[in-house]
Amino acid sequence: MAQLIVRFLVGGAIVSAFALLADLLHPKGFAGLFAAAPSVALATLTLTVAAEGPRYAAIEARSMIAGEVAFIAYAVGCTYCLGVRHTRSMPTAVLLLALWGAVALGLYTAVLL
Amino acid sequence: MIIKLNLGAVKRTRWQEYLTRFVLGGLITAMTGWLAGRYGPVLGGLFLAFPAIFPASATLLEKHERAKKRDAGIASTIRGRLAAALDARGAVMGAIGGMAFAALAWKLLPHVTLTATLALALAAWFAVSSMLWYVRKHHTRLHPPRR
Repeated sequence: MAQLIVRFLVGGAIVSAFALLADLLHPKGFAGLFAAAPSVALATLTLTVAAEGPRYAAIEARSMIAGEVAFIAYAVGCTYCLGVRHTRSMPTAVLLLALWGAVALGLYTAVLL
Repeated sequence: MIIKLNLGAVKRTRWQEYLTRFVLGGLITAMTGWLAGRYGPVLGGLFLAFPAIFPASATLLEKHERAKKRDAGIASTIRGRLAAALDARGAVMGAIGGMAFAALAWKLLPHVTLTATLALALAAWFAVSSMLWYVRKHHTRLHPPRR
């Protein structure tokens, strides 16, 4: 439980720092890079190396490549819906998380398992 | 195109919005640890690239752009959605850079210190994604325009 609380606090701080940087940067297209910054990965890999060792963390990093492919599919979907169909941001960004999940689990089953 | 820091953006964001992003980031990091412990690092690792804060960021961006236009006397506009779309397009490039981050972390972690690995991986993420952004920004026209 204590480890989960530490993960929550460290993850929240690092993610917030990158989000703040994205808020401050202009133009928005460049700031968008920080929407996909590896902030969760920085927090998780640091804590995982301390708890489980570097080889365990390296396995997580390998899976992260598949997660990033899913993120690309998600962000392309968001770009299309928001920029071409002009849908509202909140439902678009939340509903398309299902696309991230489908691509990530598909790659997990087909490549990583 | 010059990249600038717009400090005024801090004033437009309310403390509840910062709190939301802190909680979302914290929850996804804690969940990744829990999933890795329960189902193993192969499944847990996928969530290192979960779009944790994109929904909150895109929503805030649309809201702020709409408010700016309203203050300027323009009632209805899709400008906020287009700004969120630009953010999403940047996120595509950020995620491609994220693949470079992950590949370096995967290969280096067992052999190099954590600090050096993360510094190199983060530098690779920034280099790849900002280079893609630069190329997209300045070299999108492959053919000369028709006269």
